[in-house]
Amino acid sequence: MSNSHEQVGAGSPGAEIPDPLDAAAVSAAVEKALADIAAADTLDALKAVRIAHTGEKSALSLANRGIGALAKDQKAAAGKNIGPARGRINAALAARTLELEAERDARILVEEAVDVTAAPQRRRMGARHPLSTLQERVTDVFVGMGWEIAEGPELESEWFNFDALNFKPDHPAREMQDTFFVEPPSAHLVLRTHTSPVQVRSMLERELPIYVLCPGKVFRTDELDATHTPVFHQFEGLAIDKGLTMADLVGTLEHFTRQLFGAEAKVRLRPNYFPFTEPSAELDIWHPGAKGGPQWIEWGGCGMVNPNVLRAAGIDPEVYSGFAFGMGIERALMFRNEVSDMHDMIEGDVRFSQHFGMEI
Amino acid sequence: MRIPLSWLREFAAVPADATAEGVLADLVTVGFEEEAVHRPVDELKGPIVVGQVLSIVKEPQSNGKTINWCQVRVVPEGAEQTLTGEGIDPSGVQGIVCGAHNFAEGDKVVMTLPGALLPGNFAITPRKTYGHLSAGMIASVRELGIGEDHDGILVLSTLGLDPEVGSDALELLGLYDEAAEINVTPDRGYAFSLRGVAREYAHATGTKFTDPAGAVTVPESSGPGYPVRLEDTAPIYGRPGCDRFVARTVRGVDPTRPTPPWLAARLRLAGMRSISLLVDISNYVMLELGQPLHFYDLDRLSGDIVVRRAAEGEKLKTLDDKERALDPGDLLITDASGPIGIAGVMGGAATEVSAATANVLIESAHFEEVSIGRSRRRHRLPSEASKRFERGVDWHVADIAAQRAVELIIQLAGGTADTTATDAGTAPEPRRIDLPEGFPARLIGLDFTPEQITGTLEDLGAAVTAQDGGHQVVPPSWRPDLETREDLTEEIIRLVGFDKIPSSLPTAPPGRGLTRLQQQRRRLLNALAAAGLTEVLSYPFVSKASNDTFGSAEEGVPARAVKLANPLSAELGYLRTSVLPGLLDIVRRNVSRGFRDLALMETGLVFLPGESMGTESIPPLGVRPPEEVLDALYEGIPHQPQLIAAVFTGHETPAGPGLAPRAWDWADAVDAVRLMGEVTGVDLVVEQGAHQAFHPGRTARIRLRSGEVLGYAGELHPKLTAASDLPARTVALEINADLLFEAAPDVIVARDLSTFPASTQDVALVVAEDVPSSAVLEALREGAGDLLEDLSLFDVYSGPGIDEGKKSLAFALRFRAPDRTLTVEEASAARSSAIAVAAERFGAFQR
Repeated sequence: MSNSHEQVGAGSPGAEIPDPLDAAAVSAAVEKALADIAAADTLDALKAVRIAHTGEKSALSLANRGIGALAKDQKAAAGKNIGPARGRINAALAARTLELEAERDARILVEEAVDVTAAPQRRRMGARHPLSTLQERVTDVFVGMGWEIAEGPELESEWFNFDALNFKPDHPAREMQDTFFVEPPSAHLVLRTHTSPVQVRSMLERELPIYVLCPGKVFRTDELDATHTPVFHQFEGLAIDKGLTMADLVGTLEHFTRQLFGAEAKVRLRPNYFPFTEPSAELDIWHPGAKGGPQWIEWGGCGMVNPNVLRAAGIDPEVYSGFAFGMGIERALMFRNEVSDMHDMIEGDVRFSQHFGMEI
Repeated sequence: MRIPLSWLREFAAVPADATAEGVLADLVTVGFEEEAVHRPVDELKGPIVVGQVLSIVKEPQSNGKTINWCQVRVVPEGAEQTLTGEGIDPSGVQGIVCGAHNFAEGDKVVMTLPGALLPGNFAITPRKTYGHLSAGMIASVRELGIGEDHDGILVLSTLGLDPEVGSDALELLGLYDEAAEINVTPDRGYAFSLRGVAREYAHATGTKFTDPAGAVTVPESSGPGYPVRLEDTAPIYGRPGCDRFVARTVRGVDPTRPTPPWLAARLRLAGMRSISLLVDISNYVMLELGQPLHFYDLDRLSGDIVVRRAAEGEKLKTLDDKERALDPGDLLITDASGPIGIAGVMGGAATEVSAATANVLIESAHFEEVSIGRSRRRHRLPSEASKRFERGVDWHVADIAAQRAVELIIQLAGGTADTTATDAGTAPEPRRIDLPEGFPARLIGLDFTPEQITGTLEDLGAAVTAQDGGHQVVPPSWRPDLETREDLTEEIIRLVGFDKIPSSLPTAPPGRGLTRLQQQRRRLLNALAAAGLTEVLSYPFVSKASNDTFGSAEEGVPARAVKLANPLSAELGYLRTSVLPGLLDIVRRNVSRGFRDLALMETGLVFLPGESMGTESIPPLGVRPPEEVLDALYEGIPHQPQLIAAVFTGHETPAGPGLAPRAWDWADAVDAVRLMGEVTGVDLVVEQGAHQAFHPGRTARIRLRSGEVLGYAGELHPKLTAASDLPARTVALEINADLLFEAAPDVIVARDLSTFPASTQDVALVVAEDVPSSAVLEALREGAGDLLEDLSLFDVYSGPGIDEGKKSLAFALRFRAPDRTLTVEEASAARSSAIAVAAERFGAFQR
């Protein structure tokens, strides 16, 4: 700064006032000004240079003022001498101003630099539970197929959980379900062992045809271990329409599994027994992305709705047929997302949900 | 069901090189899930040979024990020892130290030679002991893994064996056999027999099946045998408890003879212990033919056998030596002395066969499924017999099984059979099922050939006759599970192959998408997650104390809750009436794992029983109940609203550069509720409230403008956090999500946006300390009129300048008119009328 003031001082008042008709003198004044402008290295220094060379007291301003005193025939020549000279100086000033402003702006940006990697965490991201997210993802596939999502109570009448699904009162199948009963037993209430009661309710309450998916929590009296939990989640599908076949079941399951496991996914059915379907099958899916390489994985059960189940809802099995399937969401999370221990899903350790965020 | 391969081979053409794994792979194609492989030689490896004890020298030891120093020949006399290896004596005679004393010179025994491996990874090596080099071991049944007896070594003559010295003892004892274990679904009782599984194996592989029942010829009876009467006066579902009772008599048996090793080996592989020759025979026939048998000691019976229901107060000591009180529903086998067995479940102790039995009466009966199942459950007596009867046994195999038992007894225990036989009861009418033309194709979506339909059913053992419009099918007597045309269709596709089912995608009618409630729940949870809350899922099982604290706002008023009849833990014996107890457990778990800064949420159903709990009875299956019955079912189910709860503890965010950590406090709970209102578009009212689980001065009651209370938010009661090991100042909220969602407007009507300038004015009002700011805010809103666009509380102050017991509330009011620029006078007038209402209502005055 002080250095530039000295320079300015060197070209300031005290310089000679050129004769407006003396082109050489004017030119010298211009050269002097241009040199000072070029030498000004801050906006403040340039401001001083501007005053020194274009201010009222500057040599050229004074010379310009001297034109008025000249003879008429000399005024034009003097004007031609002084005007462009002042123009050159002003142009140089403008250019230098832009340069110095750009330098200043750049310097400020450098000075304002921060360590962006040290940004403090001001917002806390929460997370959905991966079971919820996966359930929503599953339901979206079916919604896309035109199906609707049905839900129902978790504490159910035995009739909805068993009898309406063709579980005979004394059949051993009824005991396979490891049911939670509530007091008093004479009330015939159970924690639902599958989401099939929602299917029964759908058949009783909805108009035909019916295409519903019933996701939700279910209960079995299993102790918690790495692969079992007394409370878990299922989604069960039910389609009742005229002329539905087991081929439609296969096609629906294939379409669905491809959405979740990729175009390479396949399904395989194996004979099994459930009171509520006939024929009944175990469902295996070919999981192309499975840990340890593509493989068949057991995922659930399915079959053609037993006519007794249709009759329990007042649907004529001579006119309508249907298929049903059910899969576990915990199990899917285990083989799709490689969760190795059931404890992680139910203990609520924040690391588990937060690892997934809002995705699955 | 475990299937020994050697046994399966008797009835189906199993390839010589088949393994249990291969058999399982075949059976899975016809619907039998694989469970396990049982192969004794996986943990039992030779050389294990027959040895003969040449000499025994008894050597008393200083510890008081006497050991035997034995010379045991392990190759035939005069033969060379071909085995080599450490500890194998080239002479063919091994020196063995043995601590057991139940054998003598000349006995043939099982010798495990150096290099052998016994169950439990027990390797046999030569070892120095008691001053000798003992090169091998004389084995007991327990060491071989074929029995429990470990009192002494196995002397082969006790099994009736006199094999050649040096022969393979594993072969001799049937230990090279292996078993495939399958899971049998409850409909397929016939598959609890070799007969049933061999048939299925033949279906799966296309090989030939030889029916073991067909190999038995039942001789013509010379007259009535032991008198038996079937007198069920209380049939279940109209079906008599016993519709066949075959009784056969064998006299002069020797029950003390050993069970031959091949038979014992098969029982063991099938998962049953060898107990005594007669019991083993009855189990063997049951496994082979699927018919449970019971053997009585004929000389301990008195009078006619009567099959009847129990009388009130009757008792029976069953053969597990337990005295059991009988239920009038129990079907009994009785004689003149009273009950001698619970039919199909367990026999009585007084009439069972023993080592002293000379004459045997064989019972081979057919019992009704439901009756057996009930008795089994009532007495908690699951048995191999009840398992089969409950799932259905072939009525027609009873006399065949009895004959098979007669033959085995005579063959193995001696004796002679009476030529008379009893066969009480009548055969059920065979079931006839109509299978309409094209029905299987319509159900499966696959065009079957006529051969695939009739051929498959005939393979199963069904009788198929053509009739108008299709076929009439009489299923085989061992398949009581086949009742409908759908059952038959399943059998057809099962044997044709599920992999032949084609694939087609049905088109659902246009759907309505997610329901509004489903969309609201998703949006709400996503918004709360984005606002920092982490969703968790807890179990709905809680203690009574938790329900009484969280499920009821008022202390001392217990929550009505549903009690579990069979909880996993007695402590957590109730269904939750609040989500908070489970959520707080999760808080504790996270804190104990080092996570102290938490914001957790959970949504789920709670269980609120009303006046009626369930229904006394439930309607039958297979028919739509009348509407009033359905209504009663619906009404009996306790109300189960969906709640959403959240808990905050510790800090919002950790300390960071230039950022001090901020502790969560009561206001975060209230603010989260406000967010819920904003997300759902519901106008929620926050007011001072009280709930026993919350701090009495820091509890907000949340309600709808209509007055309905949705829940509570605020700081948990310090007493509660201290007593339940929760961080101090933990805050929480719980809201009824169903009510929140229902209150959401169907349509949100837009407001016109005025672009005229706003006029903002502040006001500080002094009111009594206990006046809620929300009430003052409401008063200002009411008083300000239509020009008020926005109103917010921006400061609360008490201290110097404000009288004791008072506080100053600072509000910002923003006024705007829809059609003009407001003058200062207009805005000030509106502000004044706002203050006037607050002054009138709460004595508020300007600071």
